[in-house]
Amino acid sequence: MSDSPVDPEDVRHVAGLARVDLADTEVDEFTEQFADILDYFEALDEVPEVDSEPELVNVMRDDEVHEGLSQEEALQNAPETEDGYFKGPSVS
Amino acid sequence: MSDHNVFVTESTVAGDDAGPLADRTIAIKDNMSTEGVRTTCGSAMLADYVPPYNATVVDRVLDAGATIVGKANMDEFAMGGTTETSAFGPTENPAAPGHVPGGSSGGSAAAVAAGDADLALGSDTGGSVRNPAAFCGVVGIKPTYGLVSRYGIVAYANSLEQVGPLATTVEDAALLLDVIAGPDDHDATTHDRAADSEYAAAADGDVDGLSIGVITDLIEGADDDVVETFEASLDELESQGAEITEVSLDSLEHAVQAYYVIAMSEASSNLARFDGVRYGPEGDREGNWNDSFAAVREEGFGPEVKRRILLGTYALSAGYHDKYYKKAQDARAWVKQDFDEAFEEVDVLASPTMPVTPPALGESLDDPLQLYLMDANTVPVNLANLPAISVPAGDVDGLPVGLQLIGPKFGEETIIRAASAVEE
Repeated sequence: MSDSPVDPEDVRHVAGLARVDLADTEVDEFTEQFADILDYFEALDEVPEVDSEPELVNVMRDDEVHEGLSQEEALQNAPETEDGYFKGPSVS
Repeated sequence: MSDHNVFVTESTVAGDDAGPLADRTIAIKDNMSTEGVRTTCGSAMLADYVPPYNATVVDRVLDAGATIVGKANMDEFAMGGTTETSAFGPTENPAAPGHVPGGSSGGSAAAVAAGDADLALGSDTGGSVRNPAAFCGVVGIKPTYGLVSRYGIVAYANSLEQVGPLATTVEDAALLLDVIAGPDDHDATTHDRAADSEYAAAADGDVDGLSIGVITDLIEGADDDVVETFEASLDELESQGAEITEVSLDSLEHAVQAYYVIAMSEASSNLARFDGVRYGPEGDREGNWNDSFAAVREEGFGPEVKRRILLGTYALSAGYHDKYYKKAQDARAWVKQDFDEAFEEVDVLASPTMPVTPPALGESLDDPLQLYLMDANTVPVNLANLPAISVPAGDVDGLPVGLQLIGPKFGEETIIRAASAVEE
């Protein structure tokens, strides 16, 4: 088991942040599994700091208009639309 | 079609009349967008999703003359190594009935192994092309990061994943790589290096004078009979003129940890888009946004996907970012350095592709951590952005074993040449 055991409230908190509802049975199962997995991740603590030069370059392009999806195509998979818009639940 | 549950959707899409893949059939992993043909990603969340456009790799295989025969089954959102987390049921290994085909591109490898398609496309984030290639006894290539466009692929962990070919021979896999490789305006991470590649021509079986370093760290955790089969294939290469040496890479001890922290973190962000508004199951519109969002995601995602989203969210959350994510990035840089140093000494590196033979169907999913550890030999390659190939090395009591050959960045020709010698 981990030095910092995971409790069911931790799992519920993270699930809230991630916007995933969980059944009570899932919370219990994940609590046990996360303790094992996070305990295994603890070994990352032994990794030395590494000086590395990231191989990154800027990729620039001209800002040109291209053909894109039509409004109809963009909406074709939405469960609900109205007047050419996606329709979602209220925000607050 | 065979009865191994290879395809989520069987659908025929004819390509151009002429081209390097004319008269060839191909299976496409179901995380690659196909215009007008549903693309589920193995998830209930996308069970009815029909893309309005093709992924770049899909356009390229059609332009090259291939005929698509179906969308291949896969672990849900490519999260798994057995193709058992698919919402559409597990795929059976045609080369080892009763066993898993590996994953996450298990349907793609099984399609080729069963003869349901001549060729297949898979995607490899931590081994998802090489693992099923090894378990199904076929060839699979994970290209250098940036060689192949990811445009139109449902994202899991962008910094790690590449689309790769599967086929029954090294030459056919290389030919398919020639077709899909090269720059794409729609993916700014693609490189112009492979614009005029001739990978298929490299499959000439000439390993005379080639130096191959065996990664001892990846032998230690492998089953004895897998190691014996692996060593027999190296002996064969040595008899053809290759020089075999041993190398050790200390950083690899932390590769699985680093891979899962990075992949889960990226997944937790990428999968935020599945909110039931633009696609996915219809949520309860009566509640507020957050309630509706959380209910849709409870319904649409399976257990492994939830597990990775939650652990990724945890690793990026306040107070834990430096402990997990930053350390994982350090480990990734260390793995890259270790590989760079090794390639100053040898031309290619070798290991068994998988440390085990394919597990029996239904035997692995209870213990997620054990399943993650099965990826020990494949994930270092993704962390270091390198190319690697899995080629059949033989079998243990009828269960296929793969040989993994790893090359330096953009060293696809070298690993293709070496792998073709294994087939001799």
